[in-house]
Amino acid sequence: MAGSSAQAPSVVGTPLPLVGKSDTKPTWCPGCGDYGVVAAVEMAVKRLKIPSHNVVIVSGIGCSSNLPHFLSSYGFHAIHGRALPVAEGIRWANHGLTVLATGGDGDGFGIGAGHFVHSMRRNVDLTYVTMDNQIYGLTTGQASPTSMMGQKTKSTPTGVIENPIDPVALALASGATYIARGFSGDVKQMADLIAGAIQHKGFAFVDAMSPCVTYNKINTFDWFRQRVYKLESAGHDPTDIRRAWEKALEWGDRIPTGLFYKIDRPTYEDLEEVLAAGPLALQPAGLRGKESLLDEFL
Amino acid sequence: MTEISVRAGGAAGDGIASVGEVLSRSFSRLGLHVFGLNAYQSVIRGGHVWFQARAGREAVHSQGDRVDILYALNRETVDVHAAFLRKAACVVFDPEKFSVSPDDLPAGVVPVAVPTLELARKYTTQSILQNAAGLGATAFLAGIPLATLQKVLADSFGRKTGDVVDWNLGAAADGYAYAQSHASANDRAVGPAGPAKLLLAGNSAIALGAAAAGVKFLSQYPMTPASSIMHWMAAHSHTLGVVVKQAEDELAAINMAIGASYTGVRSMTATSGGGFALMVEALGMAGMTEVPLVVVESQRSGPSTGLPTKTEQGDLNMMLGAGQGEFPRAILAPSDALEAFQLTIKAFELAEAWQTPILVASDLHLSESFMTIDREAISFDVDIPSLFQVEPNGHDFKRYAYTDSGVSARSLPGQPGLQYVAGSDEHDEKGHLLSDVRAGIPVWVAERNRMMEKRMRKLEGLRAALDAPAIEGPADADLTLIAWGSTIGAARDALGLLASQGHAVNLLAVRSVYPIRPEAFVGPLGRAKRTLLIEANFSGQFGRLLRAETGIHLPDRLLKYDGEPFYPAEIAGRAVEVLSHGG
Repeated sequence: MAGSSAQAPSVVGTPLPLVGKSDTKPTWCPGCGDYGVVAAVEMAVKRLKIPSHNVVIVSGIGCSSNLPHFLSSYGFHAIHGRALPVAEGIRWANHGLTVLATGGDGDGFGIGAGHFVHSMRRNVDLTYVTMDNQIYGLTTGQASPTSMMGQKTKSTPTGVIENPIDPVALALASGATYIARGFSGDVKQMADLIAGAIQHKGFAFVDAMSPCVTYNKINTFDWFRQRVYKLESAGHDPTDIRRAWEKALEWGDRIPTGLFYKIDRPTYEDLEEVLAAGPLALQPAGLRGKESLLDEFL
Repeated sequence: MTEISVRAGGAAGDGIASVGEVLSRSFSRLGLHVFGLNAYQSVIRGGHVWFQARAGREAVHSQGDRVDILYALNRETVDVHAAFLRKAACVVFDPEKFSVSPDDLPAGVVPVAVPTLELARKYTTQSILQNAAGLGATAFLAGIPLATLQKVLADSFGRKTGDVVDWNLGAAADGYAYAQSHASANDRAVGPAGPAKLLLAGNSAIALGAAAAGVKFLSQYPMTPASSIMHWMAAHSHTLGVVVKQAEDELAAINMAIGASYTGVRSMTATSGGGFALMVEALGMAGMTEVPLVVVESQRSGPSTGLPTKTEQGDLNMMLGAGQGEFPRAILAPSDALEAFQLTIKAFELAEAWQTPILVASDLHLSESFMTIDREAISFDVDIPSLFQVEPNGHDFKRYAYTDSGVSARSLPGQPGLQYVAGSDEHDEKGHLLSDVRAGIPVWVAERNRMMEKRMRKLEGLRAALDAPAIEGPADADLTLIAWGSTIGAARDALGLLASQGHAVNLLAVRSVYPIRPEAFVGPLGRAKRTLLIEANFSGQFGRLLRAETGIHLPDRLLKYDGEPFYPAEIAGRAVEVLSHGG
């Protein structure tokens, strides 16, 4: 959600800059899918005209988790797998902020899988974009939770023998209220999906298929281009959860992209009554004048 | 008399904890000092549980060594606790349930048969009401006026009224009257001593301290003996405006707290050793990103799941070393409820001032025992400065600017012109990574050193900000006890025992466990004629820390790892041994 500025000092007369590129250049491999994702995030946030100081981008660890450094918003580059609980803490401390969590498939669906499920069932109002390349890149090419059955990697030289996680289906099962899949080869669609995710009130999940050009020689840009089709072109109704399930399970010769499911439900922040008094960071703190609190111990 | 100890025992599900709390609160209402020990097992029904309420006109710092009145809800209680009964103690029991003959008891102990079930049946067939009758009889024997007991009982029902409350008050009166006409009060029965004192468990004191320090966010995963911190805060969440989050695990709990603190609210998480083990990586992240954080580690018997309902001080090594690499931290270990309140406030102040994690080391014995505090000793007058202090300065904000103290001004999300990325990777003054394309390049290698040194300078600031250990007891002593955290309580009581036996013994009480100032120990311990280190762990973990930091070796030790709290007499006994045999 685009929220109002919640800070104490104000800068009168100074235009508040929108999110743009930072002075740090991405260090991803040439051709990496993540370039498309960071471009889409920048486009989406710019389009929504949210000033950069009201945006916080949180990530975990992995190639893609370097993303917060490349944009001019606030950022938190956390430890592996913990982007979501850090992002939740940020939201609850100041729900006037626009909070995005980003990271890879290993970060989100492997080491961080528990947080993925629980933050969705809470319907925390944040946007989670996973740069899903179906491989561990920064550790130089091991199998990931979304590597396909049979894929040979450094850690699985005879091929993966576990079923991959289906992030879209997992999100549906866990109660996310905005579920989409994008593809780095289509930055415009990705930007639309991310903008929709930020505007959505509730947990918005965008699985961004973001090919690793170095370590995943199977799920390449071409591999995706031959398979992807847009849900909206296929007449998909994102309010129909049964159809969303059908589409979520579709992966193979044809891979749907776009918005699978969207529903409006109260967010965690709506239901946490303490937050009704405004952003926690601006609420009074301490017990001065509340001495009667001690009566319960008498 | 100056003090009395009442013990109640039975099976889990018998309501022993409630009986113990009502007795403790009756004493504290009379203005007595109270220490209440709740001894229980990791079962919900059955087994054997007991509660000791010790009350005195002078301060009591532990559960003490003896029992003056035993209220036994089952026969097992008599057998288990007979050895603790002082001469002239009384045993309250219901002959309808089991029999107790004087032969079963130590010489001089008086069995007091009270028909609690029969008295209760006057009101209801629900057997739980027997406890009210038993409490009535016990109150008479202990010198608690009936009106005091009844008021505490009525208050325990809150705003509830009706039959159940009336039955309890009636059964209590009947039990009281029965004991009055069939027995004499215990020779240590106490009377009113002054204005009512506050009675609270260590965990309530920690939660209250956190609230007084301005905590706005508490995230926790249930784990004994830390859970009741969350329970208290959750019960007061709306009135205090504190968001309480039960997380999916301890990993989430600490990371949520870090996220909230980064955003500008005072945040805390609490757990026991097993949960803290899961928090270790994130603790380092708080150190690296320089986010203030308070973590309560309420220790229980380890290793692994250990004895979940029993106490220990076995996690000090973990708290000292938790996290890969090195970052500044402090460990505070309160010894009683008042210090739990005060040191939790101090933990928040230190965390904020030094932008680093501060640990409050509690344990089951402190967290779950009940202690009294004089109401005037509690002050809510805590300065909580606004965190929005940094002014925008264009595009050159250096969140991690090098400073003499190591502390750099921090901005909060929502403040324009002050954006930065808090990174768990090593970074430069602006927060830019040193970990990828800069790693190993000479100019940035030097930068890494500067940033590491900046952070570690905060450890020296913390060292100076912590209190020196205090000597309690005579300045000129033949033996100096050294204890930290909750163990200080029993050691204080042991000082009294030893003094009454003619021994000059004092106590070096350590509440600021880390980082220590060597000179604060070298002085008092250099003057000590003999020393005795007392810790509730196997290897003397604080002794090892002290030796590493000061070179002082404490060869004589009393180490305990059976899960039970220290008893004053066992400390006094070991002290006499050291005094007479040289250890």
